[in-house]
Amino acid sequence: MTAVPHVLPYLVAVWVFLVGCYGLATSRNLIHAVGCLAVCQSATYVLLLAVGYRDGATAPVFSDIEPGSRPLVDPVVQALALTDVVVGATVTALLLALVLQVSKRHGTVDPDELSELRG
Amino acid sequence: MSRRTRLWLVAVSGTGLAALLVAACLELPPFGGSSHPYGERAVRAALARHTANTIASVNFDQRAYDTLGEMSILFAAVLGCVVLLRQARDEHRARPEPAEVDLPVRRYALIVLPVAVVGGLYVIAHGQLSPGGGFQGGVVAATALHLLYLGADYRALERVRPVGLFEVADSLAVSAYLVLGLAGVLAGTAFLANTLLPYGTFNTLSSGGNVPLLNAAIGMEVACAVVVLLARFLDQAVEIEQGNGKDDKDDKDDKESEKENGKENGA
Repeated sequence: MTAVPHVLPYLVAVWVFLVGCYGLATSRNLIHAVGCLAVCQSATYVLLLAVGYRDGATAPVFSDIEPGSRPLVDPVVQALALTDVVVGATVTALLLALVLQVSKRHGTVDPDELSELRG
Repeated sequence: MSRRTRLWLVAVSGTGLAALLVAACLELPPFGGSSHPYGERAVRAALARHTANTIASVNFDQRAYDTLGEMSILFAAVLGCVVLLRQARDEHRARPEPAEVDLPVRRYALIVLPVAVVGGLYVIAHGQLSPGGGFQGGVVAATALHLLYLGADYRALERVRPVGLFEVADSLAVSAYLVLGLAGVLAGTAFLANTLLPYGTFNTLSSGGNVPLLNAAIGMEVACAVVVLLARFLDQAVEIEQGNGKDDKDDKDDKESEKENGKENGA
């Protein structure tokens, strides 16, 4: 059991991802499904930041600390998390726009009622 | 597929996925460990180019090409939203009604609005020095404008926010990023290589070579993109209504004709 604290943040990311997947699969409302996709995506933030964390370290920003005076957390994964947030937000916006059109054209946002093709 | 089968499928595949992911997690380097080879190299490269905020250096110098891709995704998503949320043929635009706002809300919004706009611009301008940058500051500045919607009403917001202008500014910012990249090619180095400008004095506004310029372009792009996105969604919520504006008094009739319209479109 001594290994658990060393991987606990990674397991949190796994849990958040699976909860999001469960929500996506059982969703009865497309807006709820978009929210679940955002939950899935936030698992990647947890994972990225957990990978870059270092005990006793500070932010990799040198406006108020001397370079080399303290250990730093990994800046590369933080930049990746930033990219992740931006892409997540734009994808959410685009999906919500699609949901808006679906609800206008079909009068429903329940994915189970959208089974038949209409051209 | 019935609901029951689907739940079974989710349960089985979810358990399998969970087992694989947990097995993978157990093999990852322990949380909080001290081995970060990429991080150390990124910090060294950032310091060599006089950029105090290592994350800005990673985004706009070491991985500037990736940020170009990220910016293109943002631009394409905004374009997609503008196309999807345009006014359809069977819809009309209603003038938004002036609305009563409670005095405390109004006062608070109008006091915070300039502070928030300046705060957003500050975060953009200091992206290469302190936590923040174009992406974060752009969102702050763009959403700050919308305090006017809370504090006054939609018409006041529309007056300070000509959407057409913001769309043009959005594409200008994207082109500015590309031009800054091409300037490197013209000067005989590589696309988006940060070798053109002097690196300046460490921890001052003009340090970091290309980084402040690319950061400003991104800040402008994100601010304009968020304004355009929110404008399209708010238009749908506030202005655009179903029907062609003649028979919207009777809601039931309206819905009936809407369904018929849908069927006609489908046929």
